[in-house]
Amino acid sequence: MSDTSEHSHVDERPSVTDPETVARHAEYWRRNVRVLGMLLVAWFVVSYLAGIVFAEALNAFTLPFTNFPVGFWFAQQGSIYVFVILIFVYVKLMNDLDREFDVDEGASS
Amino acid sequence: MNVQAWTFLLVAASFALYIGIAVWSRASSTKDFYVAGGGVSPLANGMATAADWMSAASFISMAGLISFMGYDGSVYLMGWTGGYVLLALLLAPYLRKYGAFTVPDFVGDRYYSQLARIVAVVCAIFVSFTYVAGQMRGVGIVFGRFLEVDVNVGVGIGMAIVFFYAVLGGMKGITYTQVAQYCVLIFAFMVPAIFLSLMITGTPIPQFGLGGVEQASGIPLLERLNGLHRELGFGPYTSGTKSTLDVFFITAALMVGTAGLPHVIIRFYTVPRVRDARISVGWALLFISLLYTTAPAVAVFARTNLINSVQDVPYAQVPEWFTKWEDTGLLTFNDVNGDGLIQYVGPESSITNELTVDRDIMVLANPEIANLPAWVIGLVAAGGLAAALSTAAGLLLVISSAVSHDLLKRSLKPDISEKQELLAARCAAGVAVIVAGYFGMNPPGFVAQVVAFAFGLAASSFFPAIILGIFSKRTTREGAILGMVSGITFTAAYIVYFNFVNPEANNAASWWFGISPEGIGTVGMLLNFAVTIVVSRMTPEPPPQVQVLVDLIRVPRGAGEAHELSI
Repeated sequence: MSDTSEHSHVDERPSVTDPETVARHAEYWRRNVRVLGMLLVAWFVVSYLAGIVFAEALNAFTLPFTNFPVGFWFAQQGSIYVFVILIFVYVKLMNDLDREFDVDEGASS
Repeated sequence: MNVQAWTFLLVAASFALYIGIAVWSRASSTKDFYVAGGGVSPLANGMATAADWMSAASFISMAGLISFMGYDGSVYLMGWTGGYVLLALLLAPYLRKYGAFTVPDFVGDRYYSQLARIVAVVCAIFVSFTYVAGQMRGVGIVFGRFLEVDVNVGVGIGMAIVFFYAVLGGMKGITYTQVAQYCVLIFAFMVPAIFLSLMITGTPIPQFGLGGVEQASGIPLLERLNGLHRELGFGPYTSGTKSTLDVFFITAALMVGTAGLPHVIIRFYTVPRVRDARISVGWALLFISLLYTTAPAVAVFARTNLINSVQDVPYAQVPEWFTKWEDTGLLTFNDVNGDGLIQYVGPESSITNELTVDRDIMVLANPEIANLPAWVIGLVAAGGLAAALSTAAGLLLVISSAVSHDLLKRSLKPDISEKQELLAARCAAGVAVIVAGYFGMNPPGFVAQVVAFAFGLAASSFFPAIILGIFSKRTTREGAILGMVSGITFTAAYIVYFNFVNPEANNAASWWFGISPEGIGTVGMLLNFAVTIVVSRMTPEPPPQVQVLVDLIRVPRGAGEAHELSI
């Protein structure tokens, strides 16, 4: 187990020491984790709760305007639609957050 | 033109397209070879990721599996899509910011240890090889049935094509070929689905057709299928037979495994910025969901069609597709009661079942069962090949970069020149193609099972190491190494015990808490998390420069291009 830091990316990058920036980055990270938490709750609810744990109970109902049993629909259709929406919501929230904390990457690289 | 002529034409045209793209986009540097120069647009990367991800299993086997499993098949639908949410939120942006070439690269640097790097390399190679053998087998089946050539010749042709564009073009060639392959495979999957949906429910959109009304009977399609299942002694289609706990654990293992598969993760190193990595996961899942929301509809159409077209039909009058598939041995009829009629019934029926249908043939046989035009059948064959080849190429790249970059450049011979490294990468890709082809021609009997278990192994090894590496600065090399080793060992031991050591005991009664070997990866992952966290608390904290590295990964600005390693 040799120390490989001389071959790694670590020393190629400047470290941030300015206390104001450090505090801003810490706050950015807290907000980031909060966004993740919110979205992962939705992710869990549509798949594991609606599609698995409560699927049988929800099958007693039919999805409006269709003939899908609700639990079955969540397991084979609905959860997938929600997953796609969640990622696009995440992209929007994070891009806004990046700008708010001035850590975004600008228009072009 | 007949089916075979159409198949030849469409398969040849698609192959010519892939080769043309490979010549146009050949790699000239290691950066081209590993990460396509880091300049792929998010939309193209999303499409390439979708093709990379959707393998022969997704295209050929999944709808058939769901067709026979009903609700229980949901584990694949949710498991193989939900992982992208984890990938987008927890992995892709941070790994892109870090800007390495491979997954072991990140693990080795973050855990400041060559041992961690080697453990990750071994896991990556093992997971990728088991997976790639299954793809070559899929290629062989398609060639064998539709072009009526020998399966081994089929595998040989597939190997030659992959060899050509993976070895020549590296990641750059693979990326642009995969974009074309996505278009071929999604078109090939949707066309028969739309035909079937129109025929059965009168709606052109299969996703709506699934929740629609069967035109012939005027009864909602799912209700009608549940009725048929009751009559024939199968369980209801819309409710499962697996225990809720097992469904929960299998779904979790597939989701987490998806997020931990190295050939999927490295795709997000190919885009220019962190925000591009985020959005390209979104595009990838959107493209994938097109197939994944259609598959359950195809499953129900196929199931209904199959029952309607064979049940109580005199064996002497079966259609042509029936006898053709009988020749392959994947469909068998045994007239137990000697009345000359086909009785296709389930386990709860009072009479004996006489028909056995292999799950893997449903998607391929479906257009023929429904009497669709010859060109549609040829199209499905080209689509199946696109799915298998695109995934095989992505996996081969992981294997070759693990050898040339992680082992050679970063571990054994750091002073190797760029040219030599590129040559080594090409040689490694070449050898990997040949080994994969060998397994495709001489498949170990357990390939299909092993592919499913690759997910459990990925879930129990990489996922916790990467997540904790980003989200917990306190995670140490000792914690990560012990965590990976204990997670993958536990999972592999459980799988090996129930499948190879003591297969008679492979049933719900003897599984721990009723968790099947397919779902055990979730337990392995939890074990990995627990071991890593506890050991990290007991060992000295990571050196300051690693903690600085973690701080840098967490903030998007300054990602730049994927790193050319300047040492």
